[in-house]
This record gives sequence, structure tokens and C-alpha cells, in this order.
Amino acid sequence: MLKDIGRALQGVAVVGAFNTPQARTLPGRTSASVTLEAAKGALAQAGLAMADVDGFNITVGLDAEASAAFAYDVGAEHFWIGHEMDGVQAVLEAALAVASGECAVALIASGQASLYTDRASTAPWTRPTNEFIETWGLHTAVEWALPAQRYLHEFGIKPEDVAHIPATIRNYGAVNPNAVYYGRGPFTPDDILASRMVASPYRLLDCATTSEGGSAIVLTDRERARDLPAAPIRLLGGGREEWGPTYVNPPAYRRTGPVGRRAADAAFAQAGIARDDVDVFEVYDNFTYEIPRYFEAYGYCAPGEGAQLLSPENIRLDGRYPICTDGGVMAHSHTGYSQLTQKVVRAVQQLRGTANVNQVPGAKIALANWPKGLLLMTSE
Amino acid sequence: MNPDSPSPAQRPIPVPTPLSAPFWQGCAEGKLRYQECEDCGRAIFKPQDFCPNCLGIRLTWRESSGSGEVYSYSVVWRPQTPAFEVPYVVAIVELAEGFQMLTNVVNCEPDAVYCGMPVSVVFAPVADDIALPFFAPSPA
Repeated sequence: MLKDIGRALQGVAVVGAFNTPQARTLPGRTSASVTLEAAKGALAQAGLAMADVDGFNITVGLDAEASAAFAYDVGAEHFWIGHEMDGVQAVLEAALAVASGECAVALIASGQASLYTDRASTAPWTRPTNEFIETWGLHTAVEWALPAQRYLHEFGIKPEDVAHIPATIRNYGAVNPNAVYYGRGPFTPDDILASRMVASPYRLLDCATTSEGGSAIVLTDRERARDLPAAPIRLLGGGREEWGPTYVNPPAYRRTGPVGRRAADAAFAQAGIARDDVDVFEVYDNFTYEIPRYFEAYGYCAPGEGAQLLSPENIRLDGRYPICTDGGVMAHSHTGYSQLTQKVVRAVQQLRGTANVNQVPGAKIALANWPKGLLLMTSE
Repeated sequence: MNPDSPSPAQRPIPVPTPLSAPFWQGCAEGKLRYQECEDCGRAIFKPQDFCPNCLGIRLTWRESSGSGEVYSYSVVWRPQTPAFEVPYVVAIVELAEGFQMLTNVVNCEPDAVYCGMPVSVVFAPVADDIALPFFAPSPA
């Protein structure tokens, strides 16, 4: 069964993967125009027109259910829409729609602009509304700090054990001209540990940035992909997994810690590859401790051993586990939604060998993820 | 942070629902209420329509001892909105009855909070009819 699903996914290819320019703010732009710019960019790369698209998963600004309206507005008449929220899970959902014949060309696009204006408060997409949550002053960094603090407690891990991880990611961003924080760096682990506290154990440089921009992916079947200009990147497998609604229940480590184990088991079984066959890991670096946690949950090591696995040597571009090669959501860009798709875009660039900087030599298999899902892709 | 002088009332004030009203009514009376499943005895929080353990629908409101320990916490320096005075401590407290809830730990130095710290509920009014269940270090 899993192999059948894998074979279906392996018949689908990414033929367009595009980021618009990213910036701290995009004054004068609208989310809709940035979303369209991302879509056009990905379609141009694929050698396809909007009229070829019959599957849409679109987020405009903070509206994650904008697909039907966007499709109508660009002139599509009969189409499939996806409901997953950007990134790897949206790609997985759309790939299954292509494989099952529900659509022939799927477009996943999102963009944000002119949304984060009140800088005295945290970004509008990070403030929960729930009678048992918001009154305590919880926001996104706190939601993720609570399981992280417990993780440190249970395994005796110290911030200095992991500070090289955000430093490495930020240094990839510092040399990437497309990153919002291009030129900001280099950072040492001590710089991370010296940055101001946001929500303990997370300091400023442990946290994703906030920025604006758009990203898009175009998928179609492999047969059609052969006739298109860009080197197709084939899907290998994927999985989705959640622990519950965020910003509603206490984010206890005992629930959040193992999330992704089953999804990873499914993804690797579909793909028919081993964990160590992956060459590059475009993982979701929203907060420092999530990164070792993925490797623990995905079965690369036991819980609590992720920080040792992701040693400074191992996360180098020529190491066993290169991560977040565009600078990640810490330094490249974090827009609210479309940054989820950037992980797929970067994985595609690595597999095509077209990463503008920080190319992992000879990368053939990539893993992209976020906390609720992962995707395996290959250039072969 | 002192619960007797919580941040000015701009902090988001809970709006009770029919499901949660007994909880907030209890807080206004100085009682920390939770639901207990009559079929399996599970302590339940936040308020639910059915038991997450046995799926029974006969739930009864009980009064908690208000004592528990910090399961995890975060000392927050970047406030959600300017209504919150920093630093403040957001915590997951595990009550003696076995349920967890989010809260703020108050009446102590933020840096003195730790996983496993014994704490007890203290109520502070923040609006007409709404008192919030903060937690403070338990008396030694």
C-alpha cells in the first residue's frame, strides 16, 4: 500500500519553484499582487501559462482559503482546489490530486505584503484568540518555548549545546543575496547566546524573523514534465501528522515531542530509501530546538540526542546533515504562510544544482518539512 | 508580576461560552473548577462536551485543590501586546487532580520558576465577573 502511494507520488514532478523578492516590509504592495507575482514566476519557469492550471491552492495574506476566489479571478472555469496550508503538506495534497487525475497542473502560491504594521505587538498571525490562551500573554514564541523548556529539563540539554545551529543557519543567510538578512553576520554561537531574551529559553536569534514576500510551486505529471523547460524534480514520498490545534491546548512536550515519527516512517517507506540517503534537509527553523527535535522524531537518533547528531561538522554543507541552506526562516524570510513553501523551493533549487549560494555538492535527495509534515524529493 | 495589580485591563479578557461559564463563575467565587468524568473518573480541562478518555458524556464540575506543579514555563520579554508588562511568566501547570492548564506564575522572581516548582492558585479580578486563576509559589 505505502509503495503504491509512493509510486503514485513518484509520477508527479515539481516543474516550477519560485520566490519573489523578500523584504522586511513591502510597502505599497498588496498580498494579492505578490501572490500573483509568485504564481507567474513559477509558471514562467515551468513554461506554462495560467490557462494551463486546473488545480489551485492559494493563500493571500492571512486568508488560507483564497483558492476558489483566486482561481475565478484569474479566469479559470473548472478546477480543483486544495485546502492544506502552503508548503510541504500543500504539495503532498496537490501531488495526490495530480496522481489521481483530479487536476493536470497544480499551482500552490501565497504572498504577504503590508500586513505587519503594529510593531509594538507581535505579528498579527502570531496572536491567538482563545479564552484559555490569549489572556496569559501567549504568542507564537511562547507556544514553542513551553515544549522546548520541558525538553531541556527532561534531557539536561543546555542552550550552549545547540547555539551553533542557529548560528550556522544565519550564516547561510548572511551570504545569500536573496535573504532578508543578507550581509548580517557572521554569527558565532556566543552571539546567539548573547542576544536578548524573547521567551525563555528562546532568545532573539533563536527565533524566525518576520518579513514579506511570496512563493509558488507548480506540479504536473512526469510525462508532461519531460516536455517542459525546467529540470523536473520528482516526489518520492511524504507524510502529515499533527498533535492537536495549536494555541488552544497546553503545548506539552510529551505530546509535541514525538510529532512526525509516523509521518516520517510513511514517507521513507513510500520512497523506498533509508534515512541517510537524504543529502540536504530544508527543515523548518522557526525555533532552535525544533531542528534537533525533527531528527529525533524522524528516527535519525533517540529523543534528546538531536543536538549531538547535529554537530557543527555534521551540519556543514559538506557534512552528513546540511540544513536550511538559504538561511531558513531565521534569516532568509518568514512571511506568515508562504515561508512554508520556501522550504520546497529551496529543496528544488538544491536538487537542480541551481542554489545561488550554499549549494550542497551533488545533492540528489532532499527532505523539506515543517512541524506538520515532510516531503522527500529527488532529481533522479 | 503581582496578581493584585495585574496589567491594566487591556489584557484580553476571557469571554465565557456556555461550555466554559461554570469554570469562569467558579473563578469569580475563588474556586478552581474542572470537569470529572462520572464513568471513568478522568479529570478534564479545558471544558469539554465529552470525556477524551472514555468518550462518556456524563461530566460533573468539581473543585480543584488548586495545588500543582509547573510542568513547563517561559519567561516572556517580548510581550504579546503592550498590555503585558515584561517580564511575565507563562506556564503549563499540572494540577494535583491530573489536568494541565495554561496560566501565569506570579508573586515570585521570574527567574526563580523551574519545572517541578510547587504552585497554588491565586485569583485576581480583571473585569466585572471575571477573575483569572494565576499561580504563585506554594507556601513552604
